[in-house]
Amino acid sequence: MKRHLISAADLTRDDAVLVLDTAEELARVADRPIKKLPTLRGRTVVNLFFEDSTRTRISFEAAAKRLSADVINFSAKGSSVSKGESLKDTALTLEAMGADAVVIRHHDSGAPHRLATSEWIGGAVVNAGDGTHEHPTQALLDAFAIRRRLVAGPSGGLGKDLSGRRVTIVGDILHSRVARSNIHLLTTLGAQVTVVAPPTLLPVGAGVWPCEVSYDLDAVLPTSDAVMMLRVQRERMNAAYFPTEREYARRYGLDGDRMARMPEHAIVMHPGPMNRGMEITAEVADSPRCTAVEQVSGGVSVRMAVLYLLLGGSEPAVSTTRTEENTLA
Amino acid sequence: MDDSSTVPTHPDAADPSAPRSVLEAPDIARALTRIAHEIVERAKGADDVVLLGIPTRGVFLARRLAARLREITGHPVPVGSLDITMYRDDLRMRPARALARTEIPGDGIDGRLVILLDDVLFSGRTIRAALDALNDIGRPRAVQLAVLVDRGHRELPIRADYVGKNIPTSQRETVRVLLTEEDGRDGVLLGVRGQSPAADGR
Repeated sequence: MKRHLISAADLTRDDAVLVLDTAEELARVADRPIKKLPTLRGRTVVNLFFEDSTRTRISFEAAAKRLSADVINFSAKGSSVSKGESLKDTALTLEAMGADAVVIRHHDSGAPHRLATSEWIGGAVVNAGDGTHEHPTQALLDAFAIRRRLVAGPSGGLGKDLSGRRVTIVGDILHSRVARSNIHLLTTLGAQVTVVAPPTLLPVGAGVWPCEVSYDLDAVLPTSDAVMMLRVQRERMNAAYFPTEREYARRYGLDGDRMARMPEHAIVMHPGPMNRGMEITAEVADSPRCTAVEQVSGGVSVRMAVLYLLLGGSEPAVSTTRTEENTLA
Repeated sequence: MDDSSTVPTHPDAADPSAPRSVLEAPDIARALTRIAHEIVERAKGADDVVLLGIPTRGVFLARRLAARLREITGHPVPVGSLDITMYRDDLRMRPARALARTEIPGDGIDGRLVILLDDVLFSGRTIRAALDALNDIGRPRAVQLAVLVDRGHRELPIRADYVGKNIPTSQRETVRVLLTEEDGRDGVLLGVRGQSPAADGR
């Protein structure tokens, strides 16, 4: 039986709420003198990173270690992949080493899906970002941060979804796996999502997504509970998607004036790493309304929850197995 | 106890194994009051006692017991909860389950007398997990165990210090504790294991 987390679209509302509730309890472990649980003792988690990443890899590593799993870090640089080894052969090697879970980041969309459906490995596959497709744990930790700031009551928001909250995602929607995963997950959790981008940075199929599309940031800001600024991915900007960086910053960047037009309770989110002065000014990034640091600290708890729910029992508690029938978006 | 479990159970028959009430609300209240007095007596005033309930029903029992201890001793007794899910030894035998809240009172448990509260003591595996969990949280002066029902069939060298009621059971029987906070009424039901393994008293 397969058990994987490939796409945020595979999660039902109840699955997503279960992950958030579990993360909420696990977050309290961080306050203890011994920040470790014995739950995944004897299990091996492989971090298979074909693409550079700091916070996601460290976050998954910390999560697995806090659950007492053994962690093997594998990065394509300096490995046999740079000698031309295929994904299949790498996967077979990991299987031979007895990996119970593979956390994979890959520059090609669909690599985690291939790994999950290929029968090359028997363990769980967790997508840690594939090409321009999805990054489901990022969406889960964003939802976690939104719930903590905007929903949490005395119970810490346990059992609650994000019904009625309005989330605006701004920036390079075309290349953003964070945006795709968030649109699926936040909609599943009952939030209303609006994406804002220059027309050149919206994919052709954006019209069929379960969200609103706008080209005018200023019009959307006053009705947003959370504004998520996406990084302008300079490494993907070889084609001319916008005339100049200054023009982009002026029309789609978040500065102090724009933040002042948001409702008083509204928060600013950023998945990191930030380009200060580009999509977000230093004034906004350093304001208490910006949740970037909370998103990182919540990320460890959320990834612990995902690893626990996929690996902790005899079968996964979240019904993400539908991935096998899903075709790639 | 007559072991009526030799009667074959028919799932379609009208309640062939209807659960039998063995403790009513006043019995539970009396048992908790007695346990509270025993704690005060043995702990010589219960000054350094910390009550930790094991979710779900142990937490409610701990709160009730704390209220009684306060009446007896005149000072508040710290009460919290200890979720043992991540420390269970049967995690891989069932689907991963949702976690419950662990709430350690502000002053912690170091140097205190921790009394664990659970509804039913059965195999003792829950308590073993609780002891492991405690180990990661601090170093109590001593740990004691209070349970509402001890149904026997221990699989580990664990015993309770305070017992509400000893109920000898067969392995096929189930003990189900009902508490107003969770189930709408107080009571303890003795049934025969049927189609609902959820009623297992651990």
